[in-house]
Amino acid sequence: MAESEKPSNPTADCRNACQDDLRVIGVPRRRVDARAKVTGQTRFADDVTFPRMAYCKLLRSPHAHARIRKIDTSRALAYPGVYLVLTGKDVPIEYGILPVSQDEQALCVDHVRHVGDPLAAVIAREELTAFEALDLIDVEYEILPPICDPEDALANPEPRIHAYGEEGNIHKRVSLAFGEVEQGFAEADEVFEDIFFYQGNTHLPIEQHAAVAIKDPDGKLTIWSSTQTPHYLHRALAKVLEMPPAHIRVIATPNGGGFGGKSDPFQHEIVVAKAALLLDRPVKICLTREEVFYCHRGRHPVLMKFKTGVKNDGTITGIHLQTLIDGGAYGSYGVASTFYTGALQTTTYHVPRYRFEGCRTFTNKPPCGPKRGHGTVQPRFGQEVQLDKIAEKLSLDPALLRLRIVESSDTVTANFLRLGTVNLAECIRRVVERSGWNEKFRKLPEGRGVGLACSAYLTGAGLPIYWNKMPHSGVQLKLDRGGGVTVFCGSSEIGQGSDDVLASIVAEILGLDTFDIRIYTGDTDLGPVDLGSYSSRVTLMAGNAAIQAAERARDLLSTAVAERWTVPKERLRFADKHVFDSAAPEKSVTFAEAVSLAEARLGTIGTVGSYTPPESPAHYKGGGVGPSPTYSYSAAVVEVVVNPLTGWLNIPTIWIAHDIGRALNPELARGQVIGSVYMGLGEALMEEQKFRRLPKKLSHALVHKFPSMLEYKSPTSLDMPDVVVDLIEEPDPRGPYGAKEVGQGPLLPIMPAVANAVYDAVGVRIDEVPVTPEKIVKALAEKKAGRFPRFGPSHFPQIEWPEPLRVPPPWEGGDGNAVNKPARQKKPPTQRENVLTS
Amino acid sequence: MVTIPAESRKSAHIRLTLNAEPVEVSFVPYKTLLEVLREDLGHTGTKHGCELGECGACAVLVDDKPVLSCLLLALECDGRNVLTVEGLASNGMLHPLQEAFANLGAAQCGYCTPAILVTAKALLDENPSPTRDQIRQALSGNLCRCTGYLQIFEAVEEAVMKIAEQKKISGRAV
Amino acid sequence: MMRLPLFDFRTPRTIKEAALILDSEGSSAMPLAGGTDLLANMKRRQQVPRTLMSLRHIQDLNDIRWDSSVARFGACVTLASLANDCRLRSGFAALSQAASQVATPPIRNMATLGGNLCLDTRCNYYDQNYEWRKAINFCLKKDGDTCWVAPGSSKCMAVSSTDTGPALIVLGARVRLVSRSGEREISVADLYNNDGMNYIKRRPDEILAEVIVDSLGGWRSTYWKLRRRGSFDFPVLSVAAAIRSDSQGKVGEARIVVGSAASQPLVAAEAENFLKGRSLGSETIAEAATLAARIAKPLDNTDFDMSWRKKVAAGFVTCALRELRGDDVRAERESITRCAFPNRLLELQ
Repeated sequence: MAESEKPSNPTADCRNACQDDLRVIGVPRRRVDARAKVTGQTRFADDVTFPRMAYCKLLRSPHAHARIRKIDTSRALAYPGVYLVLTGKDVPIEYGILPVSQDEQALCVDHVRHVGDPLAAVIAREELTAFEALDLIDVEYEILPPICDPEDALANPEPRIHAYGEEGNIHKRVSLAFGEVEQGFAEADEVFEDIFFYQGNTHLPIEQHAAVAIKDPDGKLTIWSSTQTPHYLHRALAKVLEMPPAHIRVIATPNGGGFGGKSDPFQHEIVVAKAALLLDRPVKICLTREEVFYCHRGRHPVLMKFKTGVKNDGTITGIHLQTLIDGGAYGSYGVASTFYTGALQTTTYHVPRYRFEGCRTFTNKPPCGPKRGHGTVQPRFGQEVQLDKIAEKLSLDPALLRLRIVESSDTVTANFLRLGTVNLAECIRRVVERSGWNEKFRKLPEGRGVGLACSAYLTGAGLPIYWNKMPHSGVQLKLDRGGGVTVFCGSSEIGQGSDDVLASIVAEILGLDTFDIRIYTGDTDLGPVDLGSYSSRVTLMAGNAAIQAAERARDLLSTAVAERWTVPKERLRFADKHVFDSAAPEKSVTFAEAVSLAEARLGTIGTVGSYTPPESPAHYKGGGVGPSPTYSYSAAVVEVVVNPLTGWLNIPTIWIAHDIGRALNPELARGQVIGSVYMGLGEALMEEQKFRRLPKKLSHALVHKFPSMLEYKSPTSLDMPDVVVDLIEEPDPRGPYGAKEVGQGPLLPIMPAVANAVYDAVGVRIDEVPVTPEKIVKALAEKKAGRFPRFGPSHFPQIEWPEPLRVPPPWEGGDGNAVNKPARQKKPPTQRENVLTS
Repeated sequence: MVTIPAESRKSAHIRLTLNAEPVEVSFVPYKTLLEVLREDLGHTGTKHGCELGECGACAVLVDDKPVLSCLLLALECDGRNVLTVEGLASNGMLHPLQEAFANLGAAQCGYCTPAILVTAKALLDENPSPTRDQIRQALSGNLCRCTGYLQIFEAVEEAVMKIAEQKKISGRAV
Repeated sequence: MMRLPLFDFRTPRTIKEAALILDSEGSSAMPLAGGTDLLANMKRRQQVPRTLMSLRHIQDLNDIRWDSSVARFGACVTLASLANDCRLRSGFAALSQAASQVATPPIRNMATLGGNLCLDTRCNYYDQNYEWRKAINFCLKKDGDTCWVAPGSSKCMAVSSTDTGPALIVLGARVRLVSRSGEREISVADLYNNDGMNYIKRRPDEILAEVIVDSLGGWRSTYWKLRRRGSFDFPVLSVAAAIRSDSQGKVGEARIVVGSAASQPLVAAEAENFLKGRSLGSETIAEAATLAARIAKPLDNTDFDMSWRKKVAAGFVTCALRELRGDDVRAERESITRCAFPNRLLELQ
């Protein structure tokens, strides 16, 4: 059988086809990088090797919290085969993904903040040698009591994990008020108050993070790394290594899974870069699975309190949300994560008044950060489960209730998010129909049930991570007189298919096949900046940039061909690797001829395109988190079978509808939906980033309970239910060809839908994620004892919230600005000095 | 922790059949087949996600059976027949499984793909028309974090059909 | 990538040669069969033998032999070949089911019967990398002096996690242990100690060569395994049961073993005795299940809450006994094993 990638010839049929038909976009296609993936030729970071390459291993702290008194590396350095030992003083400059939390060091200088925090590195001829030499580094620690969780952090301002932040071990506190929520509660017929807990979990990409650095032949630095954000890594390397960015080249290798876990600049990347420069030889590191757990940046554990007022018809009168967030040991994206726990509550259903308070604490655990659905997943769980409770209390069908209150397209929400197309209602109708909801809900026999939930997600963060007015994504095209088109873009391929997005858009516009396009992405030397593969931004942003670049190229070619034919260039059409005169379709030149004509007429043909998101109407402080050019919507129905004796849970089928705008490649879009459902299901049922505090009398240890693929439970092929996917396609004018995101949004409704289905099946509320058999059994015992049939947290601690920033919603005449200036509480500086000298 | 000083490490040597070609390789004797394939034989198509037998990313076929190359000493592979993803295509043609995986979105990041492909090949060699349940079972030792498996199952089923068609055609030709 | 420590490698061709090697090297040598347990432990530096002795080249260890009255399984027979062996489907069902539920398909292609019987006891505080164990200052089982599961305990509480062990005990199997000084046979029921460190009676100089099962005429057996996922996971609770009916259709003899609830498989003697001479009515099964579950003393060192593991034990024994009675428990089994091919599960309900 021939490979289906052989070039096709134009036929008369094609020439006569309607010129405006899309030939590539929307057609299920083999992705451009598929052949490399199925032949094992995709070059992941650990597949990159060089002659003379040395291996690096990191010495990581065995203590959750300690001061480093002394490090003696002499024994390690003397070990045969060891080339170099680095410690914190070799790379002391602090960095971090967010400008407001530059709190990490490539190797800790004097303070380790979690088990696994690196403090020294050995570079040796063999990896085994480097590993063995780690044990020869002598470290003297002064052990400090660990801060285990947010309540511990609130209760114990000392010892401080960081010298910055709000105060004590509180990293960030935010308080926002969009209208008077108390008035909303006063107008409500019912007010609901619920507390939920969402356990932390991690990305678990199958590929462990790896990086290889070399000193170029010309003396500059090049690093290959499994990073989702080569541009941000580029900036961090320049800062820490004190090198001009122009002398650093970052190549993001295709990621073997990212899910947000490879979006920060990491210690190991900086360390191998430094080592390669010092040794003038290639240096590689590939983390062990345990180390990947220590890099973490996964889902924050969040305790939430939802207070929601509703009218008897289900109309929401106001929501007051409080979140308490376990941030782990560093800032990472945490300030953004904190805002995200309160950002998207207004995007699905109409919320006239909204108050949000969030608090992120530092704890002595690996830092949390952005995982698929970044910060919005946890409160979405709470909101959707509470809606299920509201529907029951109001004797409304949960689907009908939601249909009544869904937000409409082109709305500006209470917190000034400007929505694009909103097809949530259609999503709900579709899953209701497909799942047979009306025949199942509250009608299935005991032990079986269905649950429904909805969600929304950003199609790209509206603001960059560091303040600037430059484009978020750039695409450069090079056209060759042989007919070749090369796309250069800084975007990074993490498996989601971003290379295919670029290829398909350029191919569509220039009338080519995706196989005709060469793609160079993720290379800071070759491509213009794209901010990275996070916040579901690449399809929309790089896609729009690609449209601009390709249309400019088409225009140059049209100019030349039109001139040759002396026809208006508007008449020209690009299809089937040819340029046609639409008024006389028999008249054509090949694409290569068109490029040659253009090159002869205009010189070398290259174009650029870029994309900057529209300005957000949210002008208040904190309004930078949440805006997006447009939002995707999802609705899901989950069916469960629960054993009422053991709480054992099986899920036969999940129905999901996703408002994608347009699926650029439906095969890949469906894969993103199923993959999101899969990851959501793992979170819903079994995945937990759990820690163990050993008995205080005996030990200071606070350790990850099971940093392994075996005990961190990722569902297997046997645990995966059938998934029925519906893509709702109404193109959104803001997206390329109308496309919105699909990589993250479909994860969000799964966890609440599971919890709601368990309630339908056995009548118990599990207000906590994951929903495990143990919790179901405990709730069933409560039910049997005649108590409230629920498992979940019972209290939300007292937190001193700052005075809220008051932003009147649009319908109260607000303009997106705050109307007050809350005083910032400053702590006396003595406390900071304390920390630094203690 | 330190076992034997680095300078006393000796080299081992084996011959094996790798993707239908006889090869000889020298390596440090503590290495597993995974390490020797990737580091000493330049076959980086075989991946690793834990090196402890907990993910399945390093599966290869040894004497036609899927095994985990991370838990198999290379020393134990002398004289054996090893198939990796690099050996699936033949005569410039992708294996029907590779075609189907490529066409049907069964590879997202592609990292677990090589192991899943060889495991699926072993299944189809033994059972040319497996049911969905049998495919689920056969692949239950290969974690995939991207796809949620369903498009992988579909691709295996597609390959089953394609292989059957090919057999029909070649049968008629004979 | 995690690397193995250095070791010497020996490849004996006969059991005798292997016995000589173990005799001369002492406890610093370890037999290597499938490697799926030992090599992972070595990478984590839980076990650091100076010498690895491969059993792969000893042909005798790879055979299954059926005599008229006994079945003999070489220790290096893989779990996959046991799982796929149709001859094991009837009386040996417990063994077949146990073998087919170990870990994953590629692991079953490597892992051996002998290896699974000798499987190192497991614990969340022990089955960790060197660096992790350093962070808790190690544990009693390896390099430390505290059992973190039960800090007051002088005994290691690591969990017996063998699937085939409980199955073979209810089949009345015995093992043949060979050393330089001779050989001995002991029943699998006597193979283990309830001590996470000194969990097996095989001496370091002995090779577990063979598993022997006498004729199972009249016996029905089964194995139930509880774990979070459909594959990969070790059992957090398991039940093996076998029953031989007498001429009146009553229980002539019963064997019930609860696995993964202590440092050794636990024989539920009280339940076994209770069943003798009774017919398997629902009340009898419930009573026997309660008696059997009582001996399970799970601790907080595996997946799942220990209290939940304890709570579901009786239900698990019930499923096993109902299956032996002849009930159709496919729905329960598929639900628990997550080989819950979803649609079938619904059909069965």
